[in-house]
Amino acid sequence: MVELSHDSRPIIGRGPPLTAYFLTLTAISVGLMMADQRYHQIDRIRESLSRVIYPVQRAVDFPFRATDWVTGSFADRSRLRQENLELTARLRLANLQLQRFAVLEEENRRLREMRANTAGIAEKVLVASILNVDLDPFRHRVLLDKGAADGVFKDQAVLDGEGIFGQVSKVNAATAEVILISDAEHAIPVQSNRSGIRTIAVGTGDQNKLSLPFVTVEADLQPGDLLLSTGMGGVFPPGYPVAQVSTVKRAGSMFALVEAKPTARLDQAREVLLVWFKAPVEAAPAATDAATATPTAPAGGQ
Amino acid sequence: MRPMSMFARRLLYWLSMAAGLVLAIVPLPGWLDPVRPDLALLAMIYFVLTSPRIAGLGYAWLSGLFLDVLRGMVLGQHALGFLVVGYLTHKLQLRMRMFPIVQQAVIVMLLLGLYHFLMFWIDGLTGHGFTGWVRWLPVLSGALLWPLVVALGDSLTRRSN
Repeated sequence: MVELSHDSRPIIGRGPPLTAYFLTLTAISVGLMMADQRYHQIDRIRESLSRVIYPVQRAVDFPFRATDWVTGSFADRSRLRQENLELTARLRLANLQLQRFAVLEEENRRLREMRANTAGIAEKVLVASILNVDLDPFRHRVLLDKGAADGVFKDQAVLDGEGIFGQVSKVNAATAEVILISDAEHAIPVQSNRSGIRTIAVGTGDQNKLSLPFVTVEADLQPGDLLLSTGMGGVFPPGYPVAQVSTVKRAGSMFALVEAKPTARLDQAREVLLVWFKAPVEAAPAATDAATATPTAPAGGQ
Repeated sequence: MRPMSMFARRLLYWLSMAAGLVLAIVPLPGWLDPVRPDLALLAMIYFVLTSPRIAGLGYAWLSGLFLDVLRGMVLGQHALGFLVVGYLTHKLQLRMRMFPIVQQAVIVMLLLGLYHFLMFWIDGLTGHGFTGWVRWLPVLSGALLWPLVVALGDSLTRRSN
């Protein structure tokens, strides 16, 4: 049972009136929230607070990183050898494919030049680690160990080895928050690799599922179709895999029920790539860009 | 038994709030994540009850603000939640101290429920609404943990004299 201590509030001379204090702080909180939500005036305050918080986040992350390091350094020789062999084999295969790719890229570049449009390939990438920090169980956000100091900017595209991962939603001095493509507030314009159908893939809050709500019943989409980013809106580089269609149900009268599985390993990735690329020439003003890319997301939209 | 000095008590308050905030972002396995109790909030309630002159509203508000930055929420959301719970606990403290532990846990559950309702409401206003029933689990886990928090707090404040 909670016991009385010597410093319980005296009946007389209670110090500052509690209720007045409470109301003042309430007003400040509400003001802060409105300023943060509507006017984005207080990014400075968040910035300086995040500087204080950063060591805490690093400290939470540290034990996990240390365990990884320790298990990594004591991995036995035979396993490393095995891994090495596998990697060599994969590299050989990749090089082979790359030779063909180089020819294709050259051809692609020439064709694009004819259209006076040098969009597409990522110009610069930066590898960032995901900090082992839980933000919110109901939102798909992760924290990267790169921030404004490394040139990271808001709405920057984030990829992993397998496809589009998400986009930067908040930039702090040394960290950046990323909203995953599976977050219920995220949407990304995609195009089917096979049929060329363009649509929008919306996050569902389930890391293994994207939903395509705007596909008509007649649209040519099949399970197994690869969905690529279109680059529309200028947030994501075009032509990178986003998801693979898993189910198509043509039950309703207007829209088909289509679900797709993200190709990026949203729940396993430890390292991701921050991408700088040249937006297509015809990509119009920034305001409309963000709105197209994330119609429902405050991350990109506001 | 001599009670702890004011300074030691203050230090303990700050340390436990900091520990509670750190534990709010430590990665947990997926199924455990939604159940995570609001330890910082429980620590605050405990200290408001035992040392109300140390655990003022200003600190409550500031801890909430730090939680907002830690979890990337709209600034002021958790701050307001901590503030409201702190204020109500201050108002109820004289009564709550007399209650047996089970009754205290029930009040704590109501406070946590109010806190999570506020969070839910602000989430909705800022467009992050998640309406699943799982989001109310911390209310239950927090209330169940309350006797433990009291036991731990009492033993800590008594041992170090």
